[in-house]
Amino acid sequence: MFSLLRSMWLTFLHAFHKRETILYPEQKPILPTRWRGRIVLSRDPDGGERCVACNLCAAACPVDCISLQATEDPTGRRYPEFFRINFSRCIFCGYCEDACPTYAIQLIPDFEMGEYNRQNLVYEKKDLLIDGQGKYHGYNYYKVAGMAIGGKDKGEAENEMPPVDTKSLLP
Amino acid sequence: MATIYIDNKPYEVKAGKNLLEACLNLGKDLPYFCWHPAMGSVGACRQCAVKVYKDENDTKGKLFMSCMEQVRDGMRVSIEDLEAKEFRAHIIGWLMTNHPHDCAVCDEGGSCHLQDMTVITGHNYRQYSFQKRTYRNQYLGPFLNHEMNRCIQCYRCVRYYKDYAGGKDLDVFAAHNHLYFGRAEDGVLESEFSGNLAEVCPTGVFTDKTLKQHYTRKWDLTSAPSVCHHCSLGCNTIAGERYGTLRNITNRYNGEVNGYFLCDRGRFGYEFVNSAGRVRKPLVRSQLPEATDKYTALKTAASVIKVGRTIGIGSPRASLESNFVLKKLVGEDNFHHGVSDVDHDLVEMALHILREGSARTPTLQEVEKADAVFILGEDLTNTAPMLALAVRQSVRQQPMLETVSKANIPLWQDAAVRGLVQTDKGPLFIAHYIPTNLDELATHTFFDSPDAIARLGFAVANLIDAGSPEVRGISEEEQALAQQIADALMKANNPLIISGTSSGNERVLKAAANIAHALVAKEKAAGISLVVPECNSLGLAMLGGHKLESAFEAVLNGYADTVIILENDLYRRASAATVDQFLEGCKQVIVLDSLHNPTTEKAGILLPAAPFSEADGTLINNEGRAQRFFQVHPVQQEIQESWHWLAEMGTIMADQEISDWHDYDDVVKAISKEYTALEGIRKTAPPSDFRIAGQRIARAPHRFSGRTAMNAGLNVSEPKPAEDPDSPLSYTMEGYRGQPPSSVIPFFWSPGWNSNQASNKYQEEIGGHLKGGDPGVRLIAPDGTLPFSEAVPQKFIPLEGHLYMLPLHHTFGSEELSNQSASIMERIPEPYVKINAADAIRMKLDEGQHLSFSIEGQIYQLPVKLSQTIPSGTAGMPNGLPGVPFAELPAWAILNRDIKWKQQPQTTF
Repeated sequence: MFSLLRSMWLTFLHAFHKRETILYPEQKPILPTRWRGRIVLSRDPDGGERCVACNLCAAACPVDCISLQATEDPTGRRYPEFFRINFSRCIFCGYCEDACPTYAIQLIPDFEMGEYNRQNLVYEKKDLLIDGQGKYHGYNYYKVAGMAIGGKDKGEAENEMPPVDTKSLLP
Repeated sequence: MATIYIDNKPYEVKAGKNLLEACLNLGKDLPYFCWHPAMGSVGACRQCAVKVYKDENDTKGKLFMSCMEQVRDGMRVSIEDLEAKEFRAHIIGWLMTNHPHDCAVCDEGGSCHLQDMTVITGHNYRQYSFQKRTYRNQYLGPFLNHEMNRCIQCYRCVRYYKDYAGGKDLDVFAAHNHLYFGRAEDGVLESEFSGNLAEVCPTGVFTDKTLKQHYTRKWDLTSAPSVCHHCSLGCNTIAGERYGTLRNITNRYNGEVNGYFLCDRGRFGYEFVNSAGRVRKPLVRSQLPEATDKYTALKTAASVIKVGRTIGIGSPRASLESNFVLKKLVGEDNFHHGVSDVDHDLVEMALHILREGSARTPTLQEVEKADAVFILGEDLTNTAPMLALAVRQSVRQQPMLETVSKANIPLWQDAAVRGLVQTDKGPLFIAHYIPTNLDELATHTFFDSPDAIARLGFAVANLIDAGSPEVRGISEEEQALAQQIADALMKANNPLIISGTSSGNERVLKAAANIAHALVAKEKAAGISLVVPECNSLGLAMLGGHKLESAFEAVLNGYADTVIILENDLYRRASAATVDQFLEGCKQVIVLDSLHNPTTEKAGILLPAAPFSEADGTLINNEGRAQRFFQVHPVQQEIQESWHWLAEMGTIMADQEISDWHDYDDVVKAISKEYTALEGIRKTAPPSDFRIAGQRIARAPHRFSGRTAMNAGLNVSEPKPAEDPDSPLSYTMEGYRGQPPSSVIPFFWSPGWNSNQASNKYQEEIGGHLKGGDPGVRLIAPDGTLPFSEAVPQKFIPLEGHLYMLPLHHTFGSEELSNQSASIMERIPEPYVKINAADAIRMKLDEGQHLSFSIEGQIYQLPVKLSQTIPSGTAGMPNGLPGVPFAELPAWAILNRDIKWKQQPQTTF
């Protein structure tokens, strides 16, 4: 009997507590930056596509909802010819972001992706690619990789020596 | 056998092997770089260090490089010893100091030996934070990409390219930490075996350039075991597909056939499958629109066949099944071989020799063990490249047997063996009309006309066994050479005679058969290897059928009015005029092919046949080995195997027997029932209902990605995966994960071993047979009933105003399908005619000037190349080269000294 009354009393007290419920969508929730929401493809500080189409995100994806095809521009810079994420399958686990060696693929705090038509949940590269660097600023994969691409010749990356002169005998 | 103790556990291993091989054989994951099963040990990379203890009381032990240490009975070894482990981790750390952060953009990633070894040694984080060395790359031609930064200086590339494959233009340059592996200057890699560098290189310095154009990681490929369709040797390959297009061909280890390597025609010839010239829709040319659906095409074809008097023309590049079903459909009497009459006779002759001769055909791996070789009239590098590579190894046999075994050095000690052998070579004699790439290894080369080559062969046979006919009027010089060859062959333990159909002369084949017969009569374990023109030439010959000429006659004489042409461009089999006349004489022409060609242009009904990667079938290679190839991926369009098309036609026509065939196994059963000689093809692979633990064998690896996204662009609702009624393989990643039977291995993978080096885990013994026996069933065994041939030819006599035109072959350019591959196209030579230098002076011709001649009415005008070796009165013309109209060679060419070109029918070259 006592416990019954106590419970009712405690419930009654809640009427005077601060509200936790937000009036979404009039009021937007504040999400932490590491919230795993919509997936984007970001660009490096120079504005180039960060994704080098290495396929690691696709391999890491437990529901296999990422598919892409690598291609190269005439200077040897690799990028995805198409990049498709099937969000009707995505479980927002963030493994793709963990696997990405170039910080290209990022999960951002946005969850407003509801669609009436399931087909619209299939995002292509034009839907995924953003114009900024996303959460990770300043990183440019091609500045640390050894491949020569347009605008960066051999030996011009960070921590690289100029190309070896094979004709020299000097140590 | 010897007992060794690894980490205090006793193991039985084969004595005489090196410790690394023994450990790998036992399934231990011991890292290595410079060692390669086909190339032996040099002990350069220091990666395979293990602790070896003096005896059981020794607790300290010493570090040894396991690849350099021979297995001894009672040996005590530790792989797990902390010091050894630390040593190996340090070595890889040092090798990685200059390795770039490239994995994400490197084509090797995911099938990289260096990645695997780094993970095995536990070198997870890089400690080196100083500057990295860089290199400039080279252009190496259409096949390989060069990225020198990634090099770890293991020397495998030069050891393979120079020592193993005999290449001249790849080397190591510079000194100390500036070592550079490449060419002296940018340029196309000359060797026909350069593509293997992509697999030999443990990292991404050399990678497949054709794969780069549609790059896919190994884990994303849907692969199936396949057999190379580009020459008669039948090398085993793995074909990989992604998003509906074929992505690459890699080596499929077969301990009896190709071992670890492939030639460039086989590796890069696959691109024709993706070419724009593919036939993708059934066409019925009597209606508009021409492109139609499967059933309209089939019904039209069936009705045409029903009314017409139909003949069928088979193909040496189509599978045994397709040829068989065509033969059934048109009837035994109406089945013709779609090959030139010269080829028809020569292949029949070769089959005759293999079946009734006395010498056995060695496998490619046995060819490597031959200690005396005599090649008659074959330019192996250009007609059967991998056989040339095997012969290249065989010349080392005799010195190795003699000097190396005496010096008590194990054969896997590569550097020591090569140092001891130096340039010593075993006996290799080559008789051909032009220089071949193997000449540099030959004890003696003999250049003359095919008839003279046959005469030399007969002389050798006569010297070995007097039962073989004598050769009259032979010069003293030739007699002395014949004696030298006969002596060398008699001295050898495993003499080998190689010949083939490419010189177009049956006397050469007969001479080769006589030598082999004579050697066997003298109780020698002699072998005979005969090269035939195409991948299923021997299969077609075993199936039997009439000549192509009789097909032409049947139509011209009105016995037939409808023809079914199976995967065959007749304009490569007979002269254009003849074929034009033939096709015009036919009321209905039904063609099944995978690529558009001049014959498909003339087809009334054209059915899209599946190329090798979209088909199941069996091929019979030049040793009589039946080998199964599997469909790699399901096809969306209305493309199916030729045997499927033909069987469906038969079903529509209510053919009693054909209506009962529902899948691949039914056709194979029917073949083996009808032909006792072909019974073995049922054993080439498990039947389609074969399951392991109730499961099919998965074509895709377990890491296969993008399953739920790749087709989502078209429709988000995923379709049911395609099922394969014809094989025990599944098209998806679902299926049995362990090792399948050797004939259905879709890819080599083992936990921790993602590169092709995983094949170690599939072998009974490193570099030996695959577990459960190598794939393929040999159908031919010689019965020794063939008597000595008496057909010694006369000397070749030149004819005034004529040249005897001999066929010349090219690795890149002479084969129909690979000619349609973009990368191969870059390597195809320009058309030419090769004439004797002395003849050229007489004809007042210089290199590059045009020579006009005609063969059977077909006029040619080709730039001249001079040759010192081609006999006077003969000339050579490239066979099958694009832009050179067909002529049945060898043939007499009439020299047209003053052709009035304006009055001639114009032919475009």
